[in-house]
Amino acid sequence: MTAPLLDIKNLQLGVSLGRSSYHPLLKGVSFQIMPGEAYGLVGESGSGKSVTSLAVMGLLKRPLAVTSGEILFKGQNLLALPKREMRRLRGNRIAMIFQEPMTALNPLSTVGRQIAEMFVLHQGKSWAEAEKLAVEALGNVRVPNPDRRARNYPHQMSGGLRQRVMIAMALACSPDLLIADEPTTALDVTVQAEVLRLIKELCAARGTAVLFISHDLGVIASICQRVGVMYSGCLVEENETRALFESPRHEYTRGLLGALPRLGSRSEHGRQRLVDIDSIIADRSRLTESRFIAPREREGSQP
Amino acid sequence: MTAPLLQVDDLHVRFPISGGGLLGKGRRTLHAVNGISFELAKGECLSIVGESGCGKSTTALSILGLQEPTEGMIRYRGQPLAGPGAPQRMDRAKAVQMVFQDPYASLNPRQSVRTSLAAPLRLHGITAASEIEGRIEAMLKNVGLTPEQAKRYPHEFSGGQRQRIGIARALILEPEIVVLDEPVSALDVSIRAQIINLLLDLQEKLGLSYLMISHDLSVVEHMSDRVLVMYFGEVVEEGGWREIFEVPTHPYTRRLIAAIPDPDAALNPAERQASDATVPQLAGRSFVSDGSTAPDVFTAPVRSELIEIGGNHRVRMALA
Repeated sequence: MTAPLLDIKNLQLGVSLGRSSYHPLLKGVSFQIMPGEAYGLVGESGSGKSVTSLAVMGLLKRPLAVTSGEILFKGQNLLALPKREMRRLRGNRIAMIFQEPMTALNPLSTVGRQIAEMFVLHQGKSWAEAEKLAVEALGNVRVPNPDRRARNYPHQMSGGLRQRVMIAMALACSPDLLIADEPTTALDVTVQAEVLRLIKELCAARGTAVLFISHDLGVIASICQRVGVMYSGCLVEENETRALFESPRHEYTRGLLGALPRLGSRSEHGRQRLVDIDSIIADRSRLTESRFIAPREREGSQP
Repeated sequence: MTAPLLQVDDLHVRFPISGGGLLGKGRRTLHAVNGISFELAKGECLSIVGESGCGKSTTALSILGLQEPTEGMIRYRGQPLAGPGAPQRMDRAKAVQMVFQDPYASLNPRQSVRTSLAAPLRLHGITAASEIEGRIEAMLKNVGLTPEQAKRYPHEFSGGQRQRIGIARALILEPEIVVLDEPVSALDVSIRAQIINLLLDLQEKLGLSYLMISHDLSVVEHMSDRVLVMYFGEVVEEGGWREIFEVPTHPYTRRLIAAIPDPDAALNPAERQASDATVPQLAGRSFVSDGSTAPDVFTAPVRSELIEIGGNHRVRMALA
């Protein structure tokens, strides 16, 4: 068996309340991502999916801090890495795409130059060479007229194009792991479909593993091989995508799937009411205490 | 036959866009809505779907009286709602109200829920404290909040509760038509389900007519009776929800439905492809645009017509 690319072990993270006391946000999260695998983290606002990704990137800022656990990337604990080493990994071996490309891109620099910077910083290319590579990278994410577009500033582009620029930038150095945090939430549906296909194809071609974070179960299903469901700082269930959607076992997962209006279900069920998670789970705080359900456990061993 | 509740007839909205030149040089006209016609019946939920910039919100704003139409007629119970002879803003408010996408942005942070809900009542001549109090209490119960919560401020509520307040505010004047502008797209999955359920319950209980603006087609399929698909200011396809979702005919509608990230479809791609075979044959007619290349919004669209292809199912085709 191959070693996992990313191995998160019992990660606990909290907001500092001063005097070394913390309000917990992640209460011991563990999961692994294999090389080349697309892993999805799904959950509602505040469930802890984004802070998990920030912890992996080493971008947590005070008052947020990891209180215990390990994040092993190719066997190396990222939490113990000096800042300098982490900077060499970030953008190079681990890259990230954010939700809102307008705030993630520098408005004062052309997109070509921002992509070229990746090659200069991480691969020691000259600016002239890097700018040629940047045009090539824009072509790879299917931006029309890449040489003209490279001279554009972010505000001259549409949301879909900007997100393509983000992808070009993130994949510039062919990273081992791409973290995508709600990358298509701000986009129109048809543009979203194109961007998702692009992420899927480019990562498959480069063997890049993906940690895909979204609240949208449909998006997760279309891109990930395995899914972890997060709720209130805990991973409550993890399984292969198909198995998770077809036979969810944790009551929160079941509630989440029942709360989703599904395409084509109206012809069978009419305009019925959707599942109200709060009404089936009277005590939400009890949810996280019930045991984590991993795929290998049998039905009978459920709590 | 009685007049439909709301009738929109050949609505056009154009915006003058100033060019870069001096003295109005390079002035152009943006064609936002190009000849939209539809009717809304009592108790019906009609959805307008389409992507950013297709003119769906402009259409809604025209109905609310927040955007003057360039051409065309909007009638409420047979009476014009825009242009000459239009009712005053106060009367219009009793007919049509709106629920906004982001309840936090549309509620005044310095007004308690009671103040927000009482203001429209007072403006419409209801001044007796006991009646105001009674109606606020009843309305809060209707939307699933408690009367005690009336003294709180918007920041004290969760996103779902705020949307309930937004709905209460839209319904307090007892309008017949409620425009829902992306009513659930800012909400989490579990909260979204609660608000959808609430909207369906209220519609049945109060006999409301909904005009829903949305890009989320799974929500549209769940809630609507009829659907209008808009693309660059025009209706490209309209029909009952069953026709639109089971026999989508215009290439843009099909593309839109195919793009919905739906777990069942993602896991069983074969089923979705099979639906291509169900497209009706349209002898000798062709589509003006297949929806993959954007038309120029600064020129009037190519003339085309909506053709009836089945009971209440119409699709836009090039002129024969």
